[in-house]
Amino acid sequence: MNPTVKNTREPLFHVVKHAERSTKETVVLRLVAVLLSIVAGGLFILAIGQNPIAVYGTILEGSFRSQMAIQATIKFAIPLCICALGVTLAFKMKFWNVGGEGQLIMGAVFASFFALNFPNWNHWVLVIVMLLAGCIGGGLWGVLAAFFKVKWGTNETLLTLMLNYIALHLVSYLQAGPWRDPAANGFSKIARFDKNVALDKVFGVHFGWIIMLVLVAFVWIYLKKSKQGYEISVVGESQDTARYAGIDVKKVILRTMFISGAIAGLAGACQVSGSDMTLSMGVAGGVGFTAIIVAWLCQLNPAMILVVSFLFGVLEKGSSVVQSTFGLSSDCADVLQGIILFFILGSEFFVRYSFVGRSKKGVSR
Amino acid sequence: MDKQKCAIRCSGITKTFGSVVANDGIELDVQYGEILALLGENGSGKTTLMNMISGIYHPDKGQIYVSGQPVSISSPIDAQNLGIGMIHQHFKLVEVFTAMENIVLGTPGKLPGKKALKQQVTQLCENYGLDIDPEKPVYEMSVSEKQTVEILKVLYRGAKILILDEPTAVLTPQETEKLFAILRQMKAKGCAIIIITHKLNEVLSISDRVTILRKGKSVGSVETAGVDAAKLTELMVGHAVSLSIERPEPKDVHTILKVVNLTVAKPDGSKGLDDVSFQIRSGEILGVAGIAGSGQKELCETIAGLLPAQEGAILYKKENILGKSPEQIIDLGISMSFVPEDRLGMGLVASMGMPDNMLLKSYRKGKGPFVDRAPAKELSKKLVEKLGIVTSSIEAPVRLMSGGNVQKVLLGREIESCPNLLITAYPVRGLDINSSYVIYDLLNQQKQKGVAVMFIGEDLDVLLELCDRILVLCHGKITGVVDAKTVTKEQIGLMMTGEMTEEEKKKEADEA
Ligand SMILES: Nc1ncnc2c1ncn2[C@@H]1O[C@H](COP(=O)(O)OP(=O)(O)OP(=O)(O)O)[C@@H](O)[C@H]1O
Ligand SMILES: [Mg+2]
Repeated sequence: MNPTVKNTREPLFHVVKHAERSTKETVVLRLVAVLLSIVAGGLFILAIGQNPIAVYGTILEGSFRSQMAIQATIKFAIPLCICALGVTLAFKMKFWNVGGEGQLIMGAVFASFFALNFPNWNHWVLVIVMLLAGCIGGGLWGVLAAFFKVKWGTNETLLTLMLNYIALHLVSYLQAGPWRDPAANGFSKIARFDKNVALDKVFGVHFGWIIMLVLVAFVWIYLKKSKQGYEISVVGESQDTARYAGIDVKKVILRTMFISGAIAGLAGACQVSGSDMTLSMGVAGGVGFTAIIVAWLCQLNPAMILVVSFLFGVLEKGSSVVQSTFGLSSDCADVLQGIILFFILGSEFFVRYSFVGRSKKGVSR
Repeated sequence: MDKQKCAIRCSGITKTFGSVVANDGIELDVQYGEILALLGENGSGKTTLMNMISGIYHPDKGQIYVSGQPVSISSPIDAQNLGIGMIHQHFKLVEVFTAMENIVLGTPGKLPGKKALKQQVTQLCENYGLDIDPEKPVYEMSVSEKQTVEILKVLYRGAKILILDEPTAVLTPQETEKLFAILRQMKAKGCAIIIITHKLNEVLSISDRVTILRKGKSVGSVETAGVDAAKLTELMVGHAVSLSIERPEPKDVHTILKVVNLTVAKPDGSKGLDDVSFQIRSGEILGVAGIAGSGQKELCETIAGLLPAQEGAILYKKENILGKSPEQIIDLGISMSFVPEDRLGMGLVASMGMPDNMLLKSYRKGKGPFVDRAPAKELSKKLVEKLGIVTSSIEAPVRLMSGGNVQKVLLGREIESCPNLLITAYPVRGLDINSSYVIYDLLNQQKQKGVAVMFIGEDLDVLLELCDRILVLCHGKITGVVDAKTVTKEQIGLMMTGEMTEEEKKKEADEA
């Protein structure tokens, strides 16, 4: 009658889900992940025959060595941070907006329209119109995916992803067709914007960084304190509960996706008028995708997003210096970035799960 | 071998979550061939203890013995290898898989072929007197069928020790009887069974012995044969409790809501409510009885504005509220709280703390774009005190609270919103005896304040004692509205299965 305790071989370890980890444990885990990533990156650098300490030193030095270097670092961080703030709103609602890239591009396109056609407007009127146009362009691109979702229940991940490519090819069409620079000797590219278009510099960097700081505060307050932010959390948690509470779920989804896209679009407008001074295929350059990683990494916390975007800026700027100093190809820098991301994202797994060895004491909580 | 060998013995089990001591030096044992009931108030640590036996949590202190040997159970797979199976209150089944696919899912080794598997499952069903179609997909199953699959899952893995956490909370009385027959069969085959339930009559009818937990401590075990409901309550609460429900006379009754010829379709197209007419009066409690799925959910959701009606009208103070948005209906002072089978599903946001849940229906109040959280915090503190809610902090996510406490949060919020009409469905599902009586008292208080209360319940005894009038539903039709003071349980039982009262028959004939 009695069961004999079975002698089937247990696997070497099990994966066990944690109910909840304390903040302290989580912070320690993340720090360990950062350390490990530096070590692993160092091994990689060793393997390609360079001195890791020198390379790491150059990354840091490269991004901080001069005022200009710091300014360049910040310039990298601006679109990334703004875009990450944008997708954060959608993610909070569990709306998988992976279309930050496309929304950024559409913002850039809308802003460029004014930059190219009305360069002689009063500077401030033009700047404000451009930024607003950027918001509207990105917002409409975002709301499009939301519209299909609430109307026909389409999958938002696929739709926002596809809209990225449509936006990109729209730029390609514009630069080959209607907006082509006649002075470019048959090259398909769009003309440089007039000086009047350029965003003013504050402390040597275009004032996009002020917009970025304002947005960090805005998104934080919006999510944490506003009624609309509260609605977003409820809809994200359960649409049934939201309906029961009298929340108009469709309206919330449309509105949030407009704002989410608008913020990404603003990043695009800042990029063309503050940094690139023209519209090109490379205007987003993957920022919209990196922004997704940043948003998740920071667990949708706006202040963290600011910090992490800056660190990405350091990595980006530093790697470009490493490329020139050590003669490494840009692929090496990408590998290094990949390694660091791998470890940090990997640590998220350990925040939620842990391995329990055979016949060892179990972990709980 | 010795038949009365100890299946499980827990000695000195302690488990804390932050500042909450969920289990404190618990002693418990169960023999093979025995059914042990585990009884305790909400939050007394029953689920936590069972989760440790089934490998989900690990005790901070103490030792678990299985078949007399000390063991360390660090994962559900360990538990499974030791022959322990747990049936959780929330089913863990893959909806699109069939019964037998769910049963083999996650078993080690090579999967048997479809034919062989069906053979095995059918054999198992025969052995234990279970009844299920192995090839039926889970999404087509009723709650009780899903539960049967869960039991089969555990048996298939060769479990000899079965733990059931509140298996009857969502079952109809008939389904409960069926489950108990299965459990008795398993007991006869030598299994050890631990069952958690808050319904004392069930404890008395199924168990051999009862172990009682109070505030995380085990306060003793008694032979079921030697106790009655009153004694068990006393052991559980610590002092004698009166088990009768008050029914104050309704005052100032006047009709507040009138439902006229209401017909509502279910999502699948069939009729959820079929030409239903009745009235709800302020200052009284209207009970709604009926077998689960007879249209109770549709009734609640239509009045709350969540479900469109095909025909008819709902007149609230002479104004038709059909077609109004849920928000407008909330503003009129109609409050609906439906405690669904999974408890959290509708009405609460699982990952938020109490204050944010308090805000769910009222956050729009107040001018400006910002949410005012201060009153919600006050309200949370007040409710914790008034209803005796146990939680580590009011900001802790409600999904970490024990089932009963979650419900107090939900109902407390609805009552505090000062409604004119309070609709509450299954408010005591999964609540312990004491908390259930707190809820009945709360409903009575509302009634005396002149609120119209609609109470949708399962337990006929409670409906008969608490309500003023009882409306009986059967397949979406009303088979009678009767005076709770004069009707008998048998009469209601008949009406629930479709027998109409003379009055209803006459109405029906008039209309034809
Ligand atoms: N993961 C957790 N984190 C924090 N607190 C917890 C956790 N799990 C349980 N608790 C707390 O431990 C106590 C015991 O909870 P448990 O779920 O075991 O009660 P219960 O006896 O099953 O109650 P009920 O009858 O309401 O289901 C409760 O106060 C609960 O809030
Ligand atoms: Mg429980």
